[in-house]
Amino acid sequence: MVDTRQLFSGNSSFSDIHPGKLLVIVFLISYPGFTSDFFTFQVGAYSLILGTIALSLMMLAGYGGMVSLAQMTAAGLAGYIMAIFGENTVGVMGLGWPWWLTVITAILSAAIFSAIVGAISVRTEGIYTIMITLAISVAFFYFVRQNYQIFNGFTGFAGVKPPTLFGIYWRDPVPFYYLTLIISSTFLWAVFHCSCSTFGLGLQAIRDNPRRMRALGYHVGWHRVMAYFLSGVIAGSAGVLLVWFNGRISPGSIGVDIVIDILVIAVVGGLRNPIGPFLGAIVFVLLENFAIDLIDRERFNTVIGIVFLLVVFFSPDGLLGLWDRISSKILSKRSARDENGRAQWEDPVSSGSLKTLK
Amino acid sequence: MRILIKRTLATALFILVANLVMAQGTIKMGSLATLEGAFTVLGEDSMRGVKMALNEFNYSVAGKKIQLITGSSDASPDSAIRATRKLVEQDGVQLLVGPLSGSEGLAIKDYAKTKPNVTFVNGTSAAQDTTLRNPADNFFRFSTDGAQWMAGLGEYAYKEKGYRSVAVLAEDYSFPYTQVFGFLEPFCRLGGKSAIDARFWVPIGNKDYSSVIAALPDDVDAIYVALGGADSVNFLTQYEQAGGELPLIGGSITVDQSVLGSKGKTRKFVIGTPAAGPISDTWKDSRWDKFVADYKKQFPDGFPSPSLFAHGYYINTKAALLGLLLVGGDLSDGGKKYRQALSSLTFDTPTGMVSLDERRNAIADIYLTEVFEGTGGNLMNKTIKVIPQVSQTFGMEYNKFLNYGQVGRENPRCD
Repeated sequence: MVDTRQLFSGNSSFSDIHPGKLLVIVFLISYPGFTSDFFTFQVGAYSLILGTIALSLMMLAGYGGMVSLAQMTAAGLAGYIMAIFGENTVGVMGLGWPWWLTVITAILSAAIFSAIVGAISVRTEGIYTIMITLAISVAFFYFVRQNYQIFNGFTGFAGVKPPTLFGIYWRDPVPFYYLTLIISSTFLWAVFHCSCSTFGLGLQAIRDNPRRMRALGYHVGWHRVMAYFLSGVIAGSAGVLLVWFNGRISPGSIGVDIVIDILVIAVVGGLRNPIGPFLGAIVFVLLENFAIDLIDRERFNTVIGIVFLLVVFFSPDGLLGLWDRISSKILSKRSARDENGRAQWEDPVSSGSLKTLK
Repeated sequence: MRILIKRTLATALFILVANLVMAQGTIKMGSLATLEGAFTVLGEDSMRGVKMALNEFNYSVAGKKIQLITGSSDASPDSAIRATRKLVEQDGVQLLVGPLSGSEGLAIKDYAKTKPNVTFVNGTSAAQDTTLRNPADNFFRFSTDGAQWMAGLGEYAYKEKGYRSVAVLAEDYSFPYTQVFGFLEPFCRLGGKSAIDARFWVPIGNKDYSSVIAALPDDVDAIYVALGGADSVNFLTQYEQAGGELPLIGGSITVDQSVLGSKGKTRKFVIGTPAAGPISDTWKDSRWDKFVADYKKQFPDGFPSPSLFAHGYYINTKAALLGLLLVGGDLSDGGKKYRQALSSLTFDTPTGMVSLDERRNAIADIYLTEVFEGTGGNLMNKTIKVIPQVSQTFGMEYNKFLNYGQVGRENPRCD
């Protein structure tokens, strides 16, 4: 799976922005203009939030080869801290810190939590990483469900609100959408660039051959823990947005099914490229909301399951892989002579958005 | 996949267009129940209740068609809010029946406050504070709450059964808190005891009760068990296998058909268990008999007898429809007139008269039952007594009742 071209994709610049990309950017910015509040808030903003959490998983799994199921837990911890240190209407905790301090505390705690998870699981590989991180997230779920003094048990917290700044209440659909759009695109850009930095390249090299990297003098463990820390920053920020979005947080928000949902989103979207998790999240949110209208209400979860199964079945690389396969087929037909064999590549980095680099 | 997205969008678009076309002659009613997760079976039965009420009206009121749009949650407040938001903000329902579970109800009540032009009618969620403290002006509950369901049980356990001290085993969320409060308050007022450390709170879906069973004290007269569905079956089986001998007192959904219909020794063991709730399977009354017969006829694949959930959703849907009838299906003023009509609505149900108090919570009859062995060895809930017209404050003054404090694990203290 070593793809040398991926390693040197760091030379990419945004000077030659693909017209398709431009179209997407324009679409995203003008999106609230032509949709209802529901589509702006519950489909748009929610997809971006879930996509950001899945992005933190993609970063670990795609670049670091570490599939961590504790990303949703890190996001949930940030959400809980917002409720505990900030304000809530339940009457438990709610220390009333100013919002900016709470946000910083929440994101930092999520990052540190994620780093600790990383430190615990750093020596494991593959399925064992999954098991350890799953165990941590399940333990956290049961802990918050049974702790009443701090986490208010089963009921959790309600009435967690974003601040009113510059005369704008940030939970109104349109401001909230732009808030999530800015934060998620910042992280998307950051992950994109991080993957091309020395750190990101080191991480990918560790994924491909840790022993060689160790021989080269890299501290593999710390490198990985650092990756966990950074992904915790992303997950924690998304967690803050999530608790603002829902206005509440309870053990149900971080249960095993949600943890798995994040994995599903990342896998269905595609783990090779940071844009994948967002695609997965859009499909997930649309299905979650509208599958019940497409089919008998007793069967709609089956539809969701089958769609995901089909995606993974036909394209192990998720939606991105599917897209690349289609687009590269069209391309290779168009310029079959000078682009021999392109259709065989399924890697988005080599055949997809970054193809202009060559 | 893209085809599916397109289809989804196309469906959404179609619904939007359809809205505009049909807006005049159609009333949109949403219905929210747990059609996924641990309470799926209960959620399905509650939808039967909604359909029964709609069938009674042939899906039309005052010449307007009722369009039913279903939403599903998994009993968590988050998912209930998401589904409700979709129904209200996307599908544009003008009235919503639901949700099913206690903590969902608390969340929907908070959401209702942000949508003053939509009318929310409860499903079967029975947490006390949904209507008792900070109620929403547009949230109506024609079904009673979990404490009301316990009416008469505390007295019965103390006076008739002669129990003086009980242990408590219940699930750890708002609905069982409400039930435990409803049972213990009169029981303790009469002089009964229930120590704080003899109360056991388990998570929903708990499978292993061995640690609870081992910790149950010996010096109590009975165990009050407020568990639901599979949890209840699991506990009873394990308690019986562990050689437990203490008599039981049941919550409203503890000794239901799934327990009574089970095979094995557990059956013998539950005979004589008193319980209370908004329905009684064996109530001899023509209205109830007709309800059961209709249920069986319309849903041959349903339960042998309508559950508390079908009943609760039926009552609430019917109330919503009767209210529409009173205003001639006119919701053009954002439902203001409609909600006034609902507030003063009194109607006859399969389980007696129902009316609302000033916080829009139902006043209704409650049934005290006891498990007995019928002819042919069938276990049944025999109706011991009907407690007429139980109000949320049990006839007390509102402010005085608030002094009891919020329901919770240690309310009442009772030691």
